[in-house]
Amino acid sequence: MRNFLFTILALMIGLSANAQEKVQMADGLRAEGKIYIVVAVMLVIFLAVAIYLFTIDQKVKKLEKDK
Amino acid sequence: MRKRWWKILAVVMVASTIIGGLLGPVPVLPILNETIRNVYFHVPMWFTMMVLYLISLIYSIKYLNSGKREYDFMAVEAVNTGIIFCACGLMTGMLWANITWGTPWTNDPQLNGAAIATLMYLAYLVLRNALEEEQKRAKISAIYNIFAFPIMIVLIYILPKMNDSLHPGSGGNSTFGDLDMDNYMRPVFYTAVIGWILIGCWIASLRYRIRLIEDKRNSF
Repeated sequence: MRNFLFTILALMIGLSANAQEKVQMADGLRAEGKIYIVVAVMLVIFLAVAIYLFTIDQKVKKLEKDK
Repeated sequence: MRKRWWKILAVVMVASTIIGGLLGPVPVLPILNETIRNVYFHVPMWFTMMVLYLISLIYSIKYLNSGKREYDFMAVEAVNTGIIFCACGLMTGMLWANITWGTPWTNDPQLNGAAIATLMYLAYLVLRNALEEEQKRAKISAIYNIFAFPIMIVLIYILPKMNDSLHPGSGGNSTFGDLDMDNYMRPVFYTAVIGWILIGCWIASLRYRIRLIEDKRNSF
């Protein structure tokens, strides 16, 4: 839980931090909001895999009960 | 281990690192640029692999102590799951190396060590399949496993640190912990590591339970 709160905190700090000098970062991508789509896509994929794992878990539990 | 909360926790942790890892601030560095975010995804694969191999080692020792077949099953399934995470670590590492070092594979102690360690654990699985008799198989592979683990740690963790290497954390190179002056990355990184380790343990436990069911079916 503490880690999670830190993550949110880190996120909030990130919004106020600005880029430095010449090193090329994907600032434009973030500024235009497109990176959020990538985040959403990755979340959808990961959550789908996670839900799939939960259903496998459920199935195994059922099999264990049947014997 | 069959409780649900830690599985939900694992999913929430990894999901939050996908958000925090892509949107959060990172040190602005040349060459690495945004790829520094790979730290949140590439490194946890290796940590998860090591934890799974450690679990396998513990269960191998437990098997030799007690002779219970269940312990042998757990040891195999932990390695089976660890191999997957190892493959993910190797593949993501090659993608990352290609963009930062200019080639997917450098003959670097860290990379070669990881490759040899992978082959060692593949050999463990091959060894198991080569032995017909169940008790013999369990015993021999448990002993092999006990030797494989410390060698894996030496190859992946100790030798690269003593040599020159491109890989961060090896030779005189700094780790990402040193680059991350403002500690932006640390919370996300630790969340990712713990989250992925939990997911790895979850998959391994699922495989173990399926194996138990299979075993029960076959014994009738």
